[in-house]
Amino acid sequence: MTAPTTDPSGAPAGAATAVFTGVGVTAPNGLGSEAWWQAVLRGESGIRPLTRFDASRYPVRLAGEIPGFVDADHVPSRLLPQTDRVTRLSLAAAKEALDDAGADPAQLPEYGAGVVTASSAGGYEFGQRELEALWSKGGQHVSAYQSFAWFYAVNSGQISIRHGLRGPSGVIVTEGAGGLDAVAQARRQLRKGATLMVTGAVDASLCPWGWAAHLAEGRMSHVPDPARAYLPFDAEATGHVVGEGGALLVLEDAESARARGARTYGSFAGYAATFDGPDTPRLADAARLALADAGLAAADVDVVFADAAGERAADRAEAEAITALFGPRGVPVTAPKSMTGRLLSGGASLDLAAALFALRDQVIPPTTGTARPADDCPLDLVTGAPRTGTALRTALVLARGRGGFNAAAVVRAA
Amino acid sequence: MRHLELTDLTRLLRECAGEDEGVDLDGDDVLDTLFLDLGYDSLALLQTTGRIEREYEITLDEEAIDEAETPRKYLELVNRVLSARVTA
Repeated sequence: MTAPTTDPSGAPAGAATAVFTGVGVTAPNGLGSEAWWQAVLRGESGIRPLTRFDASRYPVRLAGEIPGFVDADHVPSRLLPQTDRVTRLSLAAAKEALDDAGADPAQLPEYGAGVVTASSAGGYEFGQRELEALWSKGGQHVSAYQSFAWFYAVNSGQISIRHGLRGPSGVIVTEGAGGLDAVAQARRQLRKGATLMVTGAVDASLCPWGWAAHLAEGRMSHVPDPARAYLPFDAEATGHVVGEGGALLVLEDAESARARGARTYGSFAGYAATFDGPDTPRLADAARLALADAGLAAADVDVVFADAAGERAADRAEAEAITALFGPRGVPVTAPKSMTGRLLSGGASLDLAAALFALRDQVIPPTTGTARPADDCPLDLVTGAPRTGTALRTALVLARGRGGFNAAAVVRAA
Repeated sequence: MRHLELTDLTRLLRECAGEDEGVDLDGDDVLDTLFLDLGYDSLALLQTTGRIEREYEITLDEEAIDEAETPRKYLELVNRVLSARVTA
C-alpha cells in the first residue's frame, strides 16, 4: 500500500489498520465467549446474591459473580500461590483469545507481540488476605508474592510471561474507560511496529475490602431484587450493580493478520478519549472525535453500546450525548451490561466483544431489566429481546470512568 | 532433634509455590538439580524459606540461602542451623 499524504482516519500516513482476530470472555452470565454470547442473546442475567463472602451485614448484597470458574482448570499449579482471582480470570480469557485467533506467539518475532490491559482494582482479594496476615500474625506471614500479586499491571505481566509476549506492554488505569483506552494503546503499539497485541480488561474485586471501596463510592443500587437493581436509563434507576470479569481480545495489524490467514471479527476503526470539565460532560466530544478518527459520520453508526451508569443524572447526561449526535431515538442503543453489572475496566472490553459478535451475527443484544427508557432519556433502547432486521456494519462503544474519564470506540465489520 | 528431609522440602515447595508440569519432584536426581530447573525462582524460594523459618522457628541467612542453588545445598544449610540450635 502506498502511503497517502492525508489519511481520512487522522492516523499517521500509512498507519496500519488494527483488526480483532480473537476474543476471550469471563463474564457473570457466561464463561467463554460463545457461552456468554448465547446467554446475552437469551437475556440471561448473571446478577445474583453474593456468595464469595458473607455479605449479610452489608447494605448491598447483589453482584455479578462468575459461577463455576475452577482455578486449576485454567491456571498452572505454579501460578496458583502467586495469583489473585482477577489474574486467574485474565489468564483464562487471554488463553481463549489467543486460541481463538489461532495465533502461536512462538512463531512471532521475539519482540513483536505484547500485552496492554486495563485494571481498576488489581488483585484486591489477595491483598486483603496478606493485610490480614500482616495485622493478625505479623510480617513474617505475608506472602512473598504480595510484592506483585496485588498490582494493577500484574495481569499484563502474567499473560506476557505465560505466552512469551515480550513486545511493548503495559497497563492503563482509567476506571470504566480503561476497557477502551487499553485497546487504543494496543493500536498505538501496532502503529509503532508491533504485529499482535493481547488487550482489553478483566476486573474482579468481590471481597470485603473491595466491597468497602465500592460502597464508599456511593453509586451502588440498594435494591435487593436482582431483576430490578440495575436499570440503565429507567425512570426508577437508583444505581448500579458491581460485577467481575471482562474480555481480552487479540488485536493485530491487518496486513499480518491477512498474511497468516487469520479470521477477522472487525476493525478498531476509531477511538478518542476526553476528560470532563467541572460541570461539563465531554462524552459526546469523545464520540465525535472517535467518528472523525474512523473517517465516519454519525449516520454511518448502526448501533450504540452505552456506558449505562444506571443512575439518573449520569443516564441523562449520556442520553444527551447520544441525542446530540444522532437526534432523539435516532440510533438503536443497547446495554448488555445490564446482565453482568458494571465490571469496572472489564465492562467496556466486554462491550467491544459484544459489538464484534453483533456485527458478525447481525443481531443487537438486548438491554434487560429496563422495560422502557425514562422520558428524559429519549433513546431507541433495544429492550426485552434481541433486534434483527437492519444491516449492522458499524458500532459505537461508549465508556465512562469515575473521576471524569470518557472514551469512545468505533468498531467496523470485517 | 528436628531435621528437614527432602520429602519435607518438596512438600513445602509444592504448598508454597506449586509444581511445574513436566518436573518430577520425586525423581532420583532432584537433590542435585538446580532449583531453577525444578521450576522455582528466587521468589518461590523466598516464600518457602519464610514458611520454614516460621514452622521450625529458625532464622536463615538470606545470602547463604541465595547461594544454595540445589535442594542438597539448601537442606545442608537448614539442617546446620537446626542442629546448631539444639546444641546451643
